[in-house]
Amino acid sequence: MQTSPSLADVTSSHLPQIHEARNPGMDLDLDWVRSVTANTSAIERRAATLPGRRSVKKDYQAAWLCRAVSLMDLTTLSGDDTEGRVRRLCAKARQPVREDILKDLGMSGLTTGAVCVYHEMVATAVAALDGSNIPVAAVSTGFPAGLSPFHLRLAEIEDSVKAGATEIDIVISRRHVLTGDWQALYNEMRAFRTACGPAHIKAILATGELGSLRNVARASYVCMMAGADFIKTSTGKESVNATLPVSLTMIRTIRDYHARTGVRIGYKPAGGISKAKDSLVYLSLIKEELGGRWLKPDLFRFGASSLLGDIERQLEHHLSGHYSAANRHPIG
Amino acid sequence: MNVKEIFETMDYGPAPENSDEAMAWLMQRGDGFGHFIDGKMTAHHDGFKSRNPATGVTLATLSQGSSEDVDAAVSAARKAQGKWAKLPGHKRAQYLYALARLVQKHSRLFAVLETLDNGKPIRESRDIDIPLVARHFYYHAGMAQLMDEELPGAEALGVCGQIIPWNFPLLMLSWKIAPAIAMGNTVVLKPAEYTSLTALLFAQICQEAGLPKGVVNIVTGDGATGELIVNHKDIDKIAFTGSTAVGRRIREATAGSGKALTLELGGKSPYIVFDDADIDSAIEGLVDAIWFNQGQVCCAGSRLIVQEGIAEDFYARLRLRMEKLRIGNPLDKCVDVGALVDPVQLKAVSKLVNEGGHEGEVFQCGTLPEAGCFYPPTLITGLHPAARLMQEEIFGPVLVATTFRTPSEAVEIANNTRYGLAATLWTENVNLALDIAPKLAAGVVWTNATNLFDAAAGFGGVRESGFGREGGWEGLRAYTRPNTKAAKQAQILPVARPATAEVNQLDRTAKLYVGGKQARPDAGYSSPVFSPRGRQLGHVSLANRKDVRNAVEAAAGAKAWGKTSGHLRAQILYYIAENLSARADEFAARIRDLTGATEARAKAEVEASISTLFTAGAWADKFDGATKAVPMRALAVAVNEPVGIIGAICSDDQPLLGLIGAMAPALAMGNRVVLVASEAAPLAATDFYQVLETSDVPAGVVNILTGSHSELARPLAGHMGVDAIWCFSSCDLSKVVEAESASNLKRSWVNNGLARDWATTPMRDVLPQTTEVKTIWVPYGE
Repeated sequence: MQTSPSLADVTSSHLPQIHEARNPGMDLDLDWVRSVTANTSAIERRAATLPGRRSVKKDYQAAWLCRAVSLMDLTTLSGDDTEGRVRRLCAKARQPVREDILKDLGMSGLTTGAVCVYHEMVATAVAALDGSNIPVAAVSTGFPAGLSPFHLRLAEIEDSVKAGATEIDIVISRRHVLTGDWQALYNEMRAFRTACGPAHIKAILATGELGSLRNVARASYVCMMAGADFIKTSTGKESVNATLPVSLTMIRTIRDYHARTGVRIGYKPAGGISKAKDSLVYLSLIKEELGGRWLKPDLFRFGASSLLGDIERQLEHHLSGHYSAANRHPIG
Repeated sequence: MNVKEIFETMDYGPAPENSDEAMAWLMQRGDGFGHFIDGKMTAHHDGFKSRNPATGVTLATLSQGSSEDVDAAVSAARKAQGKWAKLPGHKRAQYLYALARLVQKHSRLFAVLETLDNGKPIRESRDIDIPLVARHFYYHAGMAQLMDEELPGAEALGVCGQIIPWNFPLLMLSWKIAPAIAMGNTVVLKPAEYTSLTALLFAQICQEAGLPKGVVNIVTGDGATGELIVNHKDIDKIAFTGSTAVGRRIREATAGSGKALTLELGGKSPYIVFDDADIDSAIEGLVDAIWFNQGQVCCAGSRLIVQEGIAEDFYARLRLRMEKLRIGNPLDKCVDVGALVDPVQLKAVSKLVNEGGHEGEVFQCGTLPEAGCFYPPTLITGLHPAARLMQEEIFGPVLVATTFRTPSEAVEIANNTRYGLAATLWTENVNLALDIAPKLAAGVVWTNATNLFDAAAGFGGVRESGFGREGGWEGLRAYTRPNTKAAKQAQILPVARPATAEVNQLDRTAKLYVGGKQARPDAGYSSPVFSPRGRQLGHVSLANRKDVRNAVEAAAGAKAWGKTSGHLRAQILYYIAENLSARADEFAARIRDLTGATEARAKAEVEASISTLFTAGAWADKFDGATKAVPMRALAVAVNEPVGIIGAICSDDQPLLGLIGAMAPALAMGNRVVLVASEAAPLAATDFYQVLETSDVPAGVVNILTGSHSELARPLAGHMGVDAIWCFSSCDLSKVVEAESASNLKRSWVNNGLARDWATTPMRDVLPQTTEVKTIWVPYGE
């Protein structure tokens, strides 16, 4: 792989701790949690009109799509994953877009944000990505349901960190949200965070199972108070995964948390984002609601498996003027 | 910047909508546009230029409509109207359907042309204006289809003169034309001189739809052309959307002409945020309230009223949100705030802010393009209700803000305005929302949302924001009338003093009835009343302007009547009927004495009066509102609210029924009334206050004055505390009444010199005069 020196900052920014102090968390503030409001229909209106309010064209679109690639947690989370499959994915993460296309765009050296796998595949991924600066993220804590014994969930985190994962995507216990047991959620999240040690922790809320946007917002706050570095929508396994209204709700809590504590929390929508155009809408949503600082890999990731293919086709179309085809791009 | 650099900055870059098609369409029109009259474009003459406000570039040359043009358009409309109205509703529905389809087929051309002409962002014309236009024609295609079956007693008004503003050029055209032609009217429409181009494109689609010639006529020009339409003798109705100042002039100009009139005027709509609201959503709502269309929106949420405890945090977050607004080329798909419509408007907005901004703290943001009519999004905090900018409509991207402490104070501040178009409130508490919405003086209330529009939901104002509704079934009343014919009415004079009169031994004094008490007239004058046979029946008080003032004040004090339940009001109306019935013979005798009517006729009038009270009682709890089928997840509830205080100058020929015919439906719907009794035969009314006194009618709800109609008409019609004025006097006072009503733009209902028989007037037709439709939008979902 060629590494263009001019992109050093891009690749190094994969290591979140370089830019931001980690979220130290805070005591659980139940007054804050209970005062949360989220007006669903208003949030939906904002989400529905946003794609019509922002648009990027031509070179701007190509650049934004490259940015989307750099923010991608290239993911495989299947029962039939093998080491071979994971190595293939890692190769794709190193070279997510055909080199001739990147060269023409002046974007040689572009890689994805991370590779995201199950614990059993962490070591393979770490080895495959050696020297690339691309971090390995492991889904953990009994992903996706999060209902394995608590001590095993903690042990799973510790094992993944030992195996070389620098990012841990945990799943919260949805029942704590659904029963309003915020203290239990806080304690669980705190314990996960401690188990992570130096690895960054992304809290998966499984928003499709929380019942309301208000619950999504409350759970977001509790996880941030308990020290989450990122909050993430979904496992990709729920029937409803990342949506714009859910994203808007969550990033507004991130904005509020930053305003009150000065700490920037990252955001990761996952599941259901498969079109290049959708990724542009997400980026503009982040730019509008949180600001440009959040458009860096230390504060934003897409959890996606099929998005990259569409972006590759769009980038080739941008250069050639012809609509592209899937078989022209190497699979991951 | 190259891709690599943009990758770092993540700027949006330009995203211009292509205007080639629209420019080509303009070029094809050659040297200049004429008018659209009788199905054809006329030759261009007396050109004036139409410019793109974002660039100053001339887009087209238009014709200044002359009196010959207006005559020709009205005459084409007149010629077409009979046949058009006689078409089966289904045929008219097909034409409206075709217009809706054609708007959709040419949607991008319309959108780009609108943005070029008006300066509004392409997102708005593309995603809001044009889809709403198509929706309006679809919806009213359905109304045309249903008219024969659902509105059997209604007929078209005839030829409608329609004058529309520049802020939503094509949308306002659709709001005017669709209901008018659906109901069988033909129209002469004048678009605003700044923004006529989409109306001229609409003329083309009328041709493409094969619309019969003369049904739609479009005459371009400035206010002078508008004046020609307003004053045209052969026009039956004027519909105007625009400023309150011009609306007032139109009210005066059309007074007594017999022309029907609806006005949709200015506003200073409150935007109330309670401390339990979803603050981020409320702030996003403000973007759609005051920076939508550069704030050039009659119903713009321009007065922010925020609960004191959250105000500073709210303003801080709002300022951050404002920094994200992108101002610039309206054709850019990434632009939130485009150009004001014209340099004149830019100057007016700048002047108001420059003169009044110092009363608060002014915050402005954004980088403006170097040329063009751009004004920055502006927030002025710390203003008090007394500040000029809190009272006057700015009609630009300027939000003014103040605070409140309690829900009732929020309502008080919100209603502290001459206007009453729209209101917005944000709270997560459904109890609070449903408590506040009915208390706001506005024709439209949005909860947890703002600027929601739909063809099915009525839109329009109260107070000096005008009268009449557009959209929904209620909007059709602006373009139909009952298909009954009334005869001309000759003036009925009081019986003149005979040479010698027979005098009753025991004197009876008829006083005025004000605030639940019998009151001597202010001036201390009375006049004897004689029967046609020359018997002196008594004396009647001669009320003057101060008695009018006192009566209105008493009515104002009886506000609680509007909050009573329909059930209670029905009980009281039945009780009045019961007590009147007990004295039926006495009233019949009085009517005979006063009018010389036969016994049978006099008895029939009393019976009809009792029946009218019963009908009103029956309706009191049955004139239901409606839930509108709007195409979004929201309840849009149309509520029939009382108008408020109604002044009525009653019929001369039915001394009792004329009084009760006006009073009963007004009371049933929760209004308070100031009634001026029959001048020719006043004593039935003064007997009647004794019935009221024994019927549990709260003081001030009914006030009865006697005296000269022509003397009382002026102060009553002009009183700014009166919300509607009715006149059924046999003395033709329609012109005076309507002209005076312009003081506060109150609603008027006058007889135009025609007789009205209250015994055969269906109360269903009267009730809309006693109510204002308020549409309360409640989007929902958790």
